[in-house]
Amino acid sequence: MPRPEMPESVERALEVPMGFAKGLKTTFMTMVRGAVTVQYPHEREDVTPRARGVIALKEENCTVCMLCARQCPDWCIYIEGHKDKEPPRREGGKPRTVSKLDRFDIDYSLCMYCGICVEVCPFDALHWSPEFEYSEPNIADMLHDKHRLGLWEDTVPEAPALEAGAEAPKGKKK
Amino acid sequence: MTLPLAAHTFLGIRGAYWNVTALKVAAVLGIALGGAGAFVYLFLFKMMSHMQSRLGPMEAGPHGSMQLMAEVLKFLQKEDVFPERADRWVFAAAPAVVLMSTFMIYVVIPAGPRLVVANLDTGILFALAVSSLSVIGVLMAGWSSANKYSLIGGLRAAGQLIAYELPLVLAVVGVVMQAGSLSLQRIVYSQAHFKLFGVGGFGLFAIPQFVGLFLFLVAAQAELGQTPFDMPVAESEVVTGYMTEYTGLRFLIFFIGEFATGFALAGIGATLFLGGWYFPGYGLHWGNLAWARELVGLGVLVAKVMVIAFLIFWVRFTFPRFREDQLQAFAWKYLIPLSLVNILVTGVAKVAVHA
Repeated sequence: MPRPEMPESVERALEVPMGFAKGLKTTFMTMVRGAVTVQYPHEREDVTPRARGVIALKEENCTVCMLCARQCPDWCIYIEGHKDKEPPRREGGKPRTVSKLDRFDIDYSLCMYCGICVEVCPFDALHWSPEFEYSEPNIADMLHDKHRLGLWEDTVPEAPALEAGAEAPKGKKK
Repeated sequence: MTLPLAAHTFLGIRGAYWNVTALKVAAVLGIALGGAGAFVYLFLFKMMSHMQSRLGPMEAGPHGSMQLMAEVLKFLQKEDVFPERADRWVFAAAPAVVLMSTFMIYVVIPAGPRLVVANLDTGILFALAVSSLSVIGVLMAGWSSANKYSLIGGLRAAGQLIAYELPLVLAVVGVVMQAGSLSLQRIVYSQAHFKLFGVGGFGLFAIPQFVGLFLFLVAAQAELGQTPFDMPVAESEVVTGYMTEYTGLRFLIFFIGEFATGFALAGIGATLFLGGWYFPGYGLHWGNLAWARELVGLGVLVAKVMVIAFLIFWVRFTFPRFREDQLQAFAWKYLIPLSLVNILVTGVAKVAVHA
C-alpha cells in the first residue's frame, strides 16, 4: 500500500523525530530478536564446510616438488625427501626413480592461513579442513609433522561437484 | 548522670540518634550501591549486549550475574596511581565529592509512605541542588589531574552539567506547580489524588506533564553523561575526559557514582512523573499492614525506576554522540525555551482549571 502523500514541509519537519524513532526501533528489534553468540567452549560453532581451519596432507600424492614450501609467505613448511628406486612398471623395464617424503612439517604458529600452498600444489596433496581446535600450550607443539597432517585428511570435506560444462579431470589416479 | 539522648525514628524504629543515623546510612548505601549494581548488570551488561546481538557476560555465575563482583575485585586490586604533577589532595578528594553528591540525592526520595530518610518540605529543591554538586567534583578531577584531556573533559562536563541543569529544573517546575508543593511526598500524594477532566485514578503526572517528562528525560540523559551527551568522556577525542588519570578504586568510585546517580535521577523522575511509590489500587489506608505497605511501595518505585532507566539506556545504546556546539545549542536554543513554554502553559491551565 503506498504511503499517503505528505507536503514536503511536513515531511522535512518529521525527518528528525522519524529518524530517532527508526534508530530506537532498530535497537529494540535487535534486542528482542535474540543474540547470535555461540557460547564456544560449551557449544560448538558450525563452521562452513570449506572454512580454512587446518591444512591436511595426502602423503601419497606428494612428489617433494617443494612448490608449496617455496611459495609459502611465512616459510612455515619444511620438506625433506630422497630419491628411491621402485620396480619397473612393465616387465623388463628400467627401475623407476621416485621421490620419497621424509619430512613434511607445517608450523601452525607461523602459518597465516593464506592457502597458497593448497592452491599451488600440482598434485592435490594439500587440502583445507574446517577443523580448528588444535591449539597447544607449548608453541613447539604447533609444528604438525606429516603423520599429524595426514590425520587431518579424514576431516577434509568432499570436493564440490564440478560446474556444468567444466573440463573433466584428467589422469586421475585412484 | 547520663544525658538523655533524643529518640529518633526511622520506619517506626525508635532509637538513639546515632543508631537511627547508622540505619539510615546503611539504607542509603544499600539502595545506592544495589541500584548502581542492578543498572550496570541489567542495562550495561545485558541490555546493551542484546541490542548488539550478543549475550554479554555469561560465565561468572548464572547468566554472568557475578560479573559485577569480578569487576569490583579487579578494580580493587589495581594500583592507585597519582600523576607526577597532580594536585594530590584535590585529585584524591574529587571522586569522593562526586559520590557524596550522589548519595545525598537518595536522602529525599520516598519509597513508601514512611520509607524516606528525610522527608524535607523542599525535597525536590534539595535533590536538584545536591545533584549539581557533582560538577565541583568533576572540575576538581579535571583540573588536578595535570592532563590536557582531563582538563578539557572536566570543562566540557562542567559546561554540559550547567547547561542541562536549567531544563532539568525548569521541567520540574511544571510538576511542582501542578502539585503545589516542593516536597516529594506531597508530590506523590497529589499524583495519587490527581484527576484529569474529572477522571481520576491515573496516579501519575506523566499525562498532563508529558512535555516536562520529555524535557526531564533529555536533561537527565545529559546530566548523567549518557551517550548522545557523552562529550566530556568522548574516548576518541579526550580519552575518558576527567577520568583519564584515575585508576583502581578511585575510577571505580566515579563509575559507581555515574550509575548510582542514574538510579537516583530515575528515582526522581519516577517520583515526579510516574507517581513514585503509589499506584492505582495501592491502599493508602492499609492501616495494619504498615511494613507490607512500605515494601510494596519500594517495589513499585523500583519498577518505575526501571522503566525510566530503560528509556535512558535505550537512547544511550542507540545514538551516536552530539558535537560539543550542537550539544550546547540543543540545551539553550530548544530545551530551555520549551521548558519555559511548558511552565507558562501549566500555569495558565492550573489557573483555568481552578478558576
